[in-house]
Amino acid sequence: MIEVKNIEKSFGDSKILKGVSTVFETGKTNLIIGQSGSGKTVLLKSLLGIHQPEVGTISFDGRIYSDLDADEKRELRTEIGMVFQGSALFDSMTVAENVAFPLRMFTKDDKAKIDDRVDFVLKRVNLIDAHKKLPSEISGGMQKRVAIARAIVNNPKYLFCDEPNSGLDPNTSILIDNLIQEITEEYNITTVINTHDMNSVMEIGEKILFLKNGLKAWEGTKEEIFRTDNEAVVAFVYSSNLFKKVREAHLKE
Amino acid sequence: MLIRYLSQIGRYFLMLKEIFNKQTKWSVMRNLIFKEIDDLIIGSLGIVAFISFFVGGVVSIQTALNLTNPLIPKYLIGFATRQSVILEFAPTFISVIMAGKMGSFITSSIGTMRVTEQIDALEVMGVNSLNYLVFPKIIALLLYPFVIGISMFLGILGGWIAGVYGGFTSSTDFISGAQMEFIPFHITYAFIKTIIFAMLLATIPSFHGYYMKGGALEVGKASTVSFVWTSVSIILFNYILTQLLLGS
Repeated sequence: MIEVKNIEKSFGDSKILKGVSTVFETGKTNLIIGQSGSGKTVLLKSLLGIHQPEVGTISFDGRIYSDLDADEKRELRTEIGMVFQGSALFDSMTVAENVAFPLRMFTKDDKAKIDDRVDFVLKRVNLIDAHKKLPSEISGGMQKRVAIARAIVNNPKYLFCDEPNSGLDPNTSILIDNLIQEITEEYNITTVINTHDMNSVMEIGEKILFLKNGLKAWEGTKEEIFRTDNEAVVAFVYSSNLFKKVREAHLKE
Repeated sequence: MLIRYLSQIGRYFLMLKEIFNKQTKWSVMRNLIFKEIDDLIIGSLGIVAFISFFVGGVVSIQTALNLTNPLIPKYLIGFATRQSVILEFAPTFISVIMAGKMGSFITSSIGTMRVTEQIDALEVMGVNSLNYLVFPKIIALLLYPFVIGISMFLGILGGWIAGVYGGFTSSTDFISGAQMEFIPFHITYAFIKTIIFAMLLATIPSFHGYYMKGGALEVGKASTVSFVWTSVSIILFNYILTQLLLGS
């Protein structure tokens, strides 16, 4: 469980997060949504320790990040898996080397054991024949799956995903969403996803945090988002006719 | 403006400190060092050999063409070529050329990693990204004096071939000039400079790549800025070291 308490973050004179509090639950896919500039990425990067909030605390299963020393922070980071928007695969390494990277860095496992684990996670993300390919030789969807495999290879407690569906076709997006949800349940991970994709919200949003102008404007589940009358959420989520009709149909049921 | 430069210099020294913090596992680091030796040292040998050979030849020809007084002995061609190549051309001007070749490679490769969030990925995993990326370059460039040694040899060889086969001097005169009044400390001086330049070549381009912001266009700009500052630093240190080591 990740507990965020009243965090504030500014860049120069511009205050991006203005006191956000929430809880991201273990074994659930927690989604952060909101318009561009609402503070989603800053919140995610604060959770990752890339940005340090000026006010407030972030605790990982009771460990307050700002109270940890440098070694404890590095130790905590080994419990984190991250899927970046652009996958952030190391382009000089093959798919298998990318996935093996956290194991080679942080475990004392021998090569055979590492190879077995890499095979296992690549099978888990349905990538069997891509071991020796370079990231530039595979599609965007496959790159995302490699990034997910790299993020989970070290059995993380926390999985963060920044726009995991950006640039993907609808079929691949659904595949990635389902994969993340399955992995979250299977390994009982605290998963936090930053997304613009309303399909993801409707499909895998077990806990949804809606940010507006750096403040928490709403939070709830995918079932609750259909029924909410929060104007900001309705204006953002149901801005397209398609989703308006989906909502109407859902409310009629 | 001055404050911005001072803050950048401060940031550069903080980066140097961070490079030596939290070392990457040796089994991983060993492979990174071999890769950097291949990219930075072995990959530079061809261009260094080519430039050194022909510039050595040009130094020899130009010296010969300027010795118009028949009273000046021809062995001075070998002497001047040796002194120019060992004292200045090989350590300093090859380093300025390497600021373009190695420096832009280092800045653009680290800068591209920054733009594509690969450095963020390392940090999020708990890897000291500065140690992972820059430390192997520093270790690889400890072999840079080997490159400069080859440059010295080929520069003088080029001078000898151009002088002798161009009809400007005899082989005996050139060789006796090249051996004349040889001061071994000049080699020490050249290699001290080379080691300092190697550290500048590894760290200044890394600094510009690591702390760059923006996209692909900014990677190109960072490479250019990195070349300018690496060259300026090499020229400046060349002056300071020459004054300190030879001036007294």
